Formats: sequence, structure tokens, C-alpha cells
Amino acid sequence: MNDLNDISLSEIIKLVKSKKISSLDLANHFINNIKKGKKLNSFITTCFDQTIKDSKNFDKKQNFDGLLPGIPIAVKDLFCTKNIKTTAGSKILENFVPTYESTVTNNLWKEGAILLGKLNCDEFAMGSSNETSFFGNVINPLENNFVPGGSSGGSATALAASLTPATIGTDTGGSIRQPASFTGTVGLKPTYGLCSRWGIVAFASSLDQAGPMTKNVEDCALMLEAISGYDKKDSTSINRKKENYSKNLKRTIKGIKIGIPKEYRVDNMPKEIEQLWKNGIDILKKSGAKIIDISLPHTKYALPTYYIVAPAEASSNLARYDGIKYGYRSKKGNNLIEMYEHTRAEGFGDEVKRRVLIGTYVLSSGYYDAYYLKAQKVRKLIKVDFDNSFKEVDAILTPSTPSSAFKIGEKANDPISMYLNDIFTVPVNLAGLPAISIPAGKDHKGHPLGLQLISKELEEQKILNIAFAMEKEIDFKQSLNRWWE
Amino acid sequence: MPIDKNQVKKVAKLSRISLDDSKLESLSKDLVSILNFVEQLNKLDTNEIKPLTSIIDKSLDTRDDTVSDGQIKDQILKNSPEKNEDFFIVPKVVD
Amino acid sequence: MKDKFDYFIKTENNKWEVIIGLEVHAQVTSKSKLFSSSSTKFGEKPNTQVSLVDSAFPGMLPVINKFCIEQAVKTGLGLNAKINLRSIFDRKNYFYADLPAGYQISQYKNPIVGEGSVTLDMPYGTKKVGIERLHLEQDAGKSIHDLSPDNTFVDLNRSGVALMEIVSKPDLRSPDEVNSYVKKLRTIMRYLGTCDGNMQEGSLRADVNVSVRKQGEKKFGTRCEIKNVNSIKFMEMAIESEAKRQVELIESGKKIEQETRLFDTKKNETRSMRSKEEAHDYRYFPDPDLLPLVIKQSFVDNLKNELPELPDKKKERFINKFKLTPYEANVLISENNISEYFEEVIKTADIKLAKNWIIVELFAVLNDKNLDIKDSPVSSKNLANLLNLISSGEISGKIAKKVFELMVQSGDEPSKIIKDKGLQQQSDPKELEKIVKNVLEKNLDKITQYKAGKEKLYGFFVGEVMKASSGKANPKLVNDILKKELKK
Repeated sequence: MNDLNDISLSEIIKLVKSKKISSLDLANHFINNIKKGKKLNSFITTCFDQTIKDSKNFDKKQNFDGLLPGIPIAVKDLFCTKNIKTTAGSKILENFVPTYESTVTNNLWKEGAILLGKLNCDEFAMGSSNETSFFGNVINPLENNFVPGGSSGGSATALAASLTPATIGTDTGGSIRQPASFTGTVGLKPTYGLCSRWGIVAFASSLDQAGPMTKNVEDCALMLEAISGYDKKDSTSINRKKENYSKNLKRTIKGIKIGIPKEYRVDNMPKEIEQLWKNGIDILKKSGAKIIDISLPHTKYALPTYYIVAPAEASSNLARYDGIKYGYRSKKGNNLIEMYEHTRAEGFGDEVKRRVLIGTYVLSSGYYDAYYLKAQKVRKLIKVDFDNSFKEVDAILTPSTPSSAFKIGEKANDPISMYLNDIFTVPVNLAGLPAISIPAGKDHKGHPLGLQLISKELEEQKILNIAFAMEKEIDFKQSLNRWWE
Repeated sequence: MPIDKNQVKKVAKLSRISLDDSKLESLSKDLVSILNFVEQLNKLDTNEIKPLTSIIDKSLDTRDDTVSDGQIKDQILKNSPEKNEDFFIVPKVVD
Repeated sequence: MKDKFDYFIKTENNKWEVIIGLEVHAQVTSKSKLFSSSSTKFGEKPNTQVSLVDSAFPGMLPVINKFCIEQAVKTGLGLNAKINLRSIFDRKNYFYADLPAGYQISQYKNPIVGEGSVTLDMPYGTKKVGIERLHLEQDAGKSIHDLSPDNTFVDLNRSGVALMEIVSKPDLRSPDEVNSYVKKLRTIMRYLGTCDGNMQEGSLRADVNVSVRKQGEKKFGTRCEIKNVNSIKFMEMAIESEAKRQVELIESGKKIEQETRLFDTKKNETRSMRSKEEAHDYRYFPDPDLLPLVIKQSFVDNLKNELPELPDKKKERFINKFKLTPYEANVLISENNISEYFEEVIKTADIKLAKNWIIVELFAVLNDKNLDIKDSPVSSKNLANLLNLISSGEISGKIAKKVFELMVQSGDEPSKIIKDKGLQQQSDPKELEKIVKNVLEKNLDKITQYKAGKEKLYGFFVGEVMKASSGKANPKLVNDILKKELKK
């Protein structure tokens, strides 16, 4: 059933609902792909027996009421899944088995989906290439030895390689959108607070958001509908009526005002990215959109702001990994403090250590005002830039990434060069806005490139609709030769 | 030089992460470059700006004072690397 | 004449003033914790009152308890303090085994309650003690060090329980003032029902900040903090020993190190807590899992309207309306339940009798049986009845004591007891005359002695009359009759 690799989630669901295919068929198909896909290293944990069992159960009950009836879905290993190991890509949680289920994954199961496995990611979601995972690098299915992006690298790879029909990741500075761009898939980061953070291993609490990663925009709307919604267990969750993104999806471009922020035209921007962006603008123009030049003056300060705020929050969120309640504990250390120090030295990788140290430093006495407080003020300016621009435009169009996927190891030694991958995505997280990345072109190597649409908070439907329309015009096609099998 | 090795040592101590000499060396280098990178913010005058206190425009929701959790001792202790039937067990703080 | 304030550390050459500030931690009377829904019940089996949030599992998030906010506001109102309609929760970051998240959720720069004050009644006059602020924060769990030689056992039952931290200004000047201050805070919170003030169960504890300066100096000296003192007596002892230690150091030319100390109750001295590293850079920052807490003025006003009459007001009223002495008023307002009991009794009974009987007789019984007045074996109604029987002369004060004893045992009402045991006072003049004459006839020699000047024998005659009447004779009438007969 190799067609299953080439059709979308929505089409698969149609097949299930029309009983042309069973949940067990799907489970077997994807399990087979996963087994053949070991080279990609996109999975940390599989639970094939459980998946088969659940799919058989579904086929017995045949309840087609949910949005994702009987669909096997793998999720980023940052979502706590009950009784299934959850590692966050880290040695320090290598054998952690939660006794609870995250709200977002629970929402998937409530809609009829079943768990296919846990996907590799950068350790504690810190990274842009999935090269920091304790469980090894993930490979981009587009070409061997290339990174898939990060931190949701395993998710993007598994999706692009059809090891899962759809998936969810998390996005703190671009961790859904950037890997989507690198793998020719669709990724959406919702408005901060739209999806619950309860049960997601926390990285940076004021920035983290779960979001869908899918093969097309229609699937993306469906997945967003499944996972979004108020959760009273999360104090930062927005209490409003759930939207029917799927039902209300329509191709809308005519009359829409699209902003093009001049500050996103960065120095030494590769010509291919420029061209990609121009192509996007042309498509929008052709379809009746009004293109407006806008200014987001504080754009260049977004990355430095992010690299103060995110590590600061992370340094505090990761303090709980102390070898006492769960997770790895070092055998070294003769007293409590030494135990802490060795446990965390041995349990955390280098990138995590870097960020925890930076975070601790920028919060420390004497430096708080100069760094953290300052960053929170600049963050305000960045948000105001967006708020002002949305008075004039409906959505903003930018490239998703400053380049296509790079080679494994190429940027591993230079943290700043790695951080620059997120230059277009990070401002969105700082402002708490929704944004989607859709595949929009390829570079000279044939590697995919994405375009990003950003809207005002809680206007996911708007960018889904614009993306839906653009997707048709762009007609992006990607065929993989499945070299890893 | 935004941060020197001694400061890195102090920060590592505060973060409860032990660093051997080579790690200290390489991490110090990294931290210097990261801090140099974020120094850019000083170019902005933010004296009149109020910091962002919450990204969502709402205030804190509250819950009622009812007991609906706890009594899950086994779950709580289950994942602990060292425990007995009732307690987490940790090495003593040296004093 | 009022006493003068006179607490100083007196040395050969100097008189040292002791400056004290208190940070009182009061456990809120909520059933569930501040940011999680597990129980706050004291004394339960280890790690049974713990949720995933309390033990900081990955992905867990805090949700605030409305009741705790109300109690903080009520307490703030009881301290005449400013209520901040907008406040922020901050993370206080440090590592310890009983702090599962590696941070405590507290309030740093924007607490829910601002400045206020409390008035103390000291022998030398009233003293106003400033309150700096009150904020809400989580309690930590418990580390048990003595169950094993090499290891510490951790119980997280207490982790996450809501505390109100009340910070005083450095206005206190003696152990007595501290005693009075803590008791006042306790009384106010018990009146409001916001904290039960039970120090044995740890619902109320304090960190004590002590510094010294030469009498007359304006500048404050370096202070040391004595952590986690859990009884008033220990606070008094700790203050005295710490003040003396500091004075000794300064007088021998040494400097006071600003540090945190613990009070060793056995040795009666403070010692340094040895966490000497870059200790206590708490790296406070606003907790990103929580939004700013915004309460409406109407919320505060509603709570204000529902407040009971507070101790100071009640005391004033008791002194003015019921003509009590300050001491008596203090005792009767010390607990809401006591003042309620008193006011019930005096609805129908004499105030003087009521105050004496409650303060002396009833309290003796309650103390002896370790009971709260709300569990009193003698109800306010029955006590009132008893006092009325004294007022009407039906029984003497002495007999009333006996009746009271029986009331304590049986819970019965006094008239019934008097009837059953035949304890009515003997007030029939004819009967009494008989008894008196009888006694006098038996003691003619003593009459002679009395008339000769031995006035003490009067008491003997009274005693004999009482004996003969089984204590029931009406003392006033006995006096009248005896005097009359002795004149003869």
C-alpha cells in the first residue's frame, strides 16, 4: 500500500471512514515504514504491540465520530505519554515513564488517533538541527547527511518520510516551522495559549507552544482543531470557544492585505531565498492580494532577546532535573550538592549546559537588569511592532529560514551560526503570534524552502486560508527515493 | 570580555553543574561569544519602556479550594532512582 | 504609673539597643495547596498529600487557589494594610532536596499586600509596629536527617502548602515586644480564620532578624537572620542570645558578618548555617507559568464588609461598654470564641460575675482538660444561669463553685443540680436564727473570749454556722444574725 505514503492525512481519513482501509492496515503500514526507516533515526521509542492492539480495538468499535478515527500518529518526545517512555531527547530522562498524559496528546486520542511512537528531537527542544539529542542525530529524508532542522527534527523527518501520516511538535523559537521548511512539509505554531502546555516537558514557558506538522494545509487545519482548546490546568491557556479550522478552511487571498517587512531582508541573504520570497509575493499579487511594505523596526534585536529570555526560563525549568524524583542520577558524589553537580553534568548535553549557564547568568544578581529586564523590554517593543503593523495588514509574509537544510556537523561548533537559523521565526514566538510555514520552492540542490505567514493573535484561520490558497498556486511537489530503506 | 572563567565557575556552581577543566574552557568560550552576541540590546534605549509581563492579555484564573489530588504515593515515588516505600532518599548535605 | 521600656544589653561601658524585625510565615487555612489541589492536612503518612504538580514532574503547571488569595487580602485588611490590586508571582531559585522544582513560587517586588501596622499593648504604653508587606508563597517539603546515618529522607507532603509571609519593619526592641507582636498577629489571623496559628504543628513560624546598636545611635547595625524559630519562647531566647553574641563581638573589636543562623535550643545559642557558597542568589524573575494576579476593588470591599470585629476594636468596646480592665479585656478578646462566649453570658448575667467566673473558674477547667472554649463542658447558657442564681441569692458563691464542678462533670444545667443535690442556699431567717443560736449555745466560752477582744473568733462562729448548715447558709444573713446575737 505504497500510495499511503503519498496521500494526505485527510485522504487517509476518508479511506478509513469509507471502510476502504482499517486502522490495523494503517498501523501495519506505518510500522513497516518505521522498521525500514531506522537509518533516519527519527524515533526514540516505538510501541508497536500497543499500536497494533489499539488499532484492533478501534476496528472492533468503529467509532468514526472523532476527527482522527483510528489514525496512528507519532509525536515529538517532548509530550508526556502515559506509560510510554518520554525522554525529551535527553540522557537525564532516558528511562522516564510518565504516569500521566499531556493534554494535547490526550486530545489526539480523544479524537480517535492512536500512538505510533515518540519522535526524536533536540535535547529539551534546544537546537535547530536535531544534532543535540542524546539519542543521536536525525537525518533529513531529502538527502543523507543533511539535517532536518530542529528541535522537532524527528517529527519533520518521520512526516516527510511517511513514517507517520501527521505529527505534532513544539515551537519555542521556530522548532516546528524551521524543520518544516527544511523537509518540505507544513508546520504551524499557534498563538501562545491556544494549545495547552500541561504535560509538555517545559523549555521556555512564555514561548513554548505545541503545533501540528503535516503534509499539507488541509491536514494542518484538521490537526490544529484536534489539539487546540482551553485547559484549566494551564494558567496560560486561553479560555475561548474552540474553532472549527477544518470546516472553515477556504482559499482566501482576494482583497487580503499582506505585509512585507523590510527588516527581514537581511544582509547577505541568499539569492534563492530572495527569489522564493518574491515568488510568494507574486503569487499573492496574482491572486488579488494587496502587497504593502511594512516596517518591524526591532526585528534585528529579536534573536539576542530570545537568547536571553529562553535560556533564563530554561535554566529555571530545568532545575527540577536533580536525580531525586525521576530520571538519571549519577553514581558519583558523596553528598547532596556533589550528587546534583555530577547528575546534571552527566545527564545534560553541551547545548543544554550552555543555555542553562547563560540563563543562570542573565538572571543573577547584578546582571538581571542589564540582561533579563532589558530583554523583556525589547520584547515589548517587538510585540508593539507587530501590533502596529496588523493595523494595516491582515498577515505578514516572510521566508521561513535563511537557507535550506545544511550538512550534519556544518554548524555544530558555532553556537551563534546555529542560532541564526531562527532569525525569521524567533520574533513570532516573542510576540506570541501564530505563524505557518509552507513549502514554497527548492534551492539549487533540490532541497525544499519554506515561506512563513504570520497573523495577529488568534487568527489561525486567516493564515490557514491564505496558506491553503497559496499552496494550490505553488503546487509544491516532493518525491523521495526512500534511500534509507 | 563579558564573562571570565571564574564567573563561569560561579555560574556553574549556582546551576549545580560540575565542569572539568576542559569543559570549563570550551563552555567559557561559548558563553563569551553568546554574551557578545546578546550585548547588541544595549544599543537600544529602553528607559521609558515597561517590560512585557505577560504575553496574553488576561489576568490569572483561579480555582476553588477543593481537595481533588494527591493520595498517589506509588506514582510519585515510582520513577525515583532511590527511594523506599515512603520516602525519596538522597545523600546528606555535608555540614 | 506605667513601667518604662528598659530592655538593653548592658555591658560595663555601654547600653546596647536591640533592633528586631520578624518575617512570620503563617500557613493559610486552605484545604488544598496554593497551586495544586492536594490536601494540606497535617500529620498524614509521608508523600500521600502529594500531586504531580507538588513534586514538579515534567510538564506540570501551577493553578492558583482562590481561597488563599481571599485569606491574604483579609489578613492584609486585619493589618490595616494597603491591598495591591495587581501583584506578580516570582520564582525564587535555589536547590534543595525538599524543593522539587528547584524554585519556590513566591512574590518579590509586587506583593499582594503592602504597608500596614499592628498595635501592641505593652506595660509602658501602646506600641505601633509597622508591617512592611505580606505576600503569598509555597512552603517546601520536609527533609528528615535522622532516620539514616548516610542519607536524608524526603517527604513532600508540605511542599506547595500556602504560606502568608508577613514582614515587619525593624520596629521591635525586646523579646517581650516580639512575644506580644507574634501573639497579636496570631490573634488577628485566628479572628479572621486565615491561619490557625498552631505553632506546634508548624502553622506559624518566624525568621528573626537581629542587630544591635549603642543606645542613642541612629544607624542600624549589621543584622543576622535566625531562621525557622517555631515557638515564641525560643524566639525570646534566640533574640537574647544573639544580641549578646553581637555585642560581645563588637565590643571585642570584631565585625558582625551578615549571615543566616540557626537557634540551637539545647545550647541556647545561635550558630551559623554553613551554606557559604554564592548562597542565596535567588535570581528572582516573574513566573512565566502564571499571569499577573489582578483583583477588583469590589472583591476587596466585599471581603472588608464580611470581616468580623477585629481584636483592637473589640477590646476598646469591651473596656468602654463593659467597664473591663485592659487586662480583663485582653483575656476575653484573645480568641473570637472566648469573646463570643462572654457576650452570650452577659446577655442575661451580671458582667462582674461573668468576667471573673470565665477568666478564673472556666479557664482553669479548660486548661486542665486541654479544651478549647468551643468545646466547653459548661455552655454559656448554663453558666449564665448559674451566675443568676448567685445574683438572686439562691446559692452562695461557695456553693456555686461546687455546683460548677458538678456542671463540668455532667453538663447539666445548674437548677437541676441544685435541686437534685439539695444545695439551695438557706435564707430563711428563722431557720438561720435557730442554727446560730445553737452554735453560740455550744460555744459559750468562746463568746466570752470574743467579747473580751479576741475578734478573730468571729470567723470561727461563721465557720461553725456554715458547717452546721452544710455550707448552705446565706452568708449575709448569717452575718446580720450573728452580729445581733453577739451583741446580746
